[in-house]
Amino acid sequence: MFQVRIHGRGGQGVVTAAELLSVAAFLDGRHAQAFPSFGSERTGAPVVAFCRIDERPIRLREPILAPDALIVQDPTLLHHVDVFAGLVPGGYVVLNSSRAVADPRVVTVPATDLAREHLGRPLPNAALLGAFAALCGLITFDSVAAAIRERFPARLAEANVGAATAAFALVEEPAHA
Amino acid sequence: MRRQLEGSRAVAETVARCRPEVIAAYPISPQTHIVEALSQLTKTGELEPCEFINVESEFAAMSVAIGASATGARAYTATASQGLLFMVEALYNASGLGLPIVMTVANRAIGAPINIWNDHSDSMSQRDSGWIQLYAETNQEAADLHVQAFRLAEELSLPVMVCMDGFILTHAVEEVELPTREQVDAYLPPFVPRQVLDPDEPMTIGAMVGPEAFTEVKYLMHAKQMRALEAIPRIASEFEHEFGRSSGGLLRTYRTEDADTVVLALGSVLGTIEDVVDELREQGERIGVVGLKCFRPYPLDEVRAALGHARRVVVIEKAFAVGVGGIVGQNVRLALSGLPAAVYGVIAGLGGRPITKASLHRVLREGIDDRLGHLTFLDLDLDRVPAGAT
Repeated sequence: MFQVRIHGRGGQGVVTAAELLSVAAFLDGRHAQAFPSFGSERTGAPVVAFCRIDERPIRLREPILAPDALIVQDPTLLHHVDVFAGLVPGGYVVLNSSRAVADPRVVTVPATDLAREHLGRPLPNAALLGAFAALCGLITFDSVAAAIRERFPARLAEANVGAATAAFALVEEPAHA
Repeated sequence: MRRQLEGSRAVAETVARCRPEVIAAYPISPQTHIVEALSQLTKTGELEPCEFINVESEFAAMSVAIGASATGARAYTATASQGLLFMVEALYNASGLGLPIVMTVANRAIGAPINIWNDHSDSMSQRDSGWIQLYAETNQEAADLHVQAFRLAEELSLPVMVCMDGFILTHAVEEVELPTREQVDAYLPPFVPRQVLDPDEPMTIGAMVGPEAFTEVKYLMHAKQMRALEAIPRIASEFEHEFGRSSGGLLRTYRTEDADTVVLALGSVLGTIEDVVDELREQGERIGVVGLKCFRPYPLDEVRAALGHARRVVVIEKAFAVGVGGIVGQNVRLALSGLPAAVYGVIAGLGGRPITKASLHRVLREGIDDRLGHLTFLDLDLDRVPAGAT
C-alpha cells in the first residue's frame, strides 16, 4: 500500500487533489481511497487530505499516519504545521515553491507560478499532481490528465492539464540530464 | 460500470435509480452532498418524475415524506445528527403509520458540545423508533443497501434508515459499482401502496386509539418489524443474484470458525478491525469478527449463533447510553444470556476521534488477556479530564 498525505490551505483544492490522485490510480487499474481530514473547511485554514493506493482492495480507514509521500501545496505551512510528521524514511516530498530547499528529500515545483501561467489563477494542485507522477512513477501522467479531464469542464481541464504537463516536464528533466 | 467517486455521489445516483417520486430534505453536514446531488439530478431531469421539495427544517422534511408516502408516492429523505433529532416526533409517526419511507442517516455526533464529526449517537438514539436500521460498511454497500431498503420498506410497509458513517464514507472517494437503471428496475418493482390518501375516496389513517387497542397496535408493530429478520436475508440474497455481489443481510462473519475472541462492530470501522484481526491471526491469536449489518430489528438468534462459541466478545461501538454504557453491547449480552462468554464493551470513535490500528491492537490485546471491563473508552485521555472529576 502506498499512502499520500496532501497539505494545503482551504481554497487551494487540497481535497480535490486527493480525489484526482485516487481517480488517476483507479484509471491505472489500482484500488484507491481518497478522503479529507474532515475539518470545518475555511478559506486559508490548514487543510489535510489523504490518498491510499494499493493493488488489493483497501479496508483500512484510519487517517494516514505514516505517509510514503507528501504533497505540500503551500510552503508557508512549513512554519506552522509539522507536515513531515510520520513520513517514512526515504519518503517522497513534493513542495510548491519557486525556491529550492536544502533538503534532499524534497522536490520543489513552482506550481503556483505554473498555475497562474496556465489557468490565470493560483491553484497549484494539478501542477503538483503532474510533478508527483514524474517523481515517484506510481501513477501515469496519462491517468492524471484523464482524471483532470473527468473532473473539470473542457476549458478549465485543458488549462490544468497544461500546468500538470509543465510540472511533469520540470521534474522529469533532471532525471534525464 | 465501476467508478471512482465520492460516497455521497454514489448514494445519490443510486437513490435516483430507485425512482423516488418525492424527495424532501434539509441540508446538514455530512449529509449535504447527497441531497445537493439529488436536487441537481431532479433539476436536470435525470431523475424524473420526481418532486424535490426544499423544506424549512428536518421536521418538515419528515412530515412531507410522511404525507407523500401516505398518498402513494415513493418518498426519500436524508439527514444527520441534530437534524435527525429534530425529526423525532415525525419519525415515530412514519413507523406507526407503516409508511415505507427510506432515509439515509450520514452518521454524526450529537451536541452539546457541538461536533460535526462521525459517530453513531444520532441513529442509535432512534433505535427504538420503529424504523428498520441498516449499517453500511463501505460506499459500495451504502449504495446497494438503498436499493434493498426500498424493496424491504415497501414489502413490509415499514420505514428504513440506511446508516453510513459521516465523512468517513460520505466524503470518501473510492470505487463503487453503481447499479444500472435496468438492474434496479428489474429488482425493485414500482411502489404499490397498501392504502392511499385520496380526496375522492376519503379515509383516515393514524386516528386515535384508546387503551382498549393500543397495546395490540404496538404488538403488531413489533411483530411486523420482526418479520424483517426473514425478509432482510432473502432480499439481500436476491440482490446478490441480480447484481452479482453480496451486500447487506443481518450480519457477516470473518474468520470466526475457530475463534476464542470475536470482535463485534458495525459500520465503516469493520475494515480497519479486519486488518488488525489478520495481523493478530499472524501472531497466532484465534480471533474473528462479526459485522452487524442490521441493528433493528435486532437479529438476536443470529448474533447468538455467530458468537455462541466464543470465550469472549469485544464489542466496539461508536455511541453509548449515558449512565449505563454500550448500546450494542447490551444487546449482545442479551443474545448471549445463559452462555459463558465474557462481553467487553469498548466505546470508540466518539465525535470523529480516529479509530486507529494501533489503538485497536492495544485494546484487543487487553481483551484477549481478559483485562477489559464491561465498559472501556478507547484512547480516553484522563489528562484532559479535570482532576477529581471521576
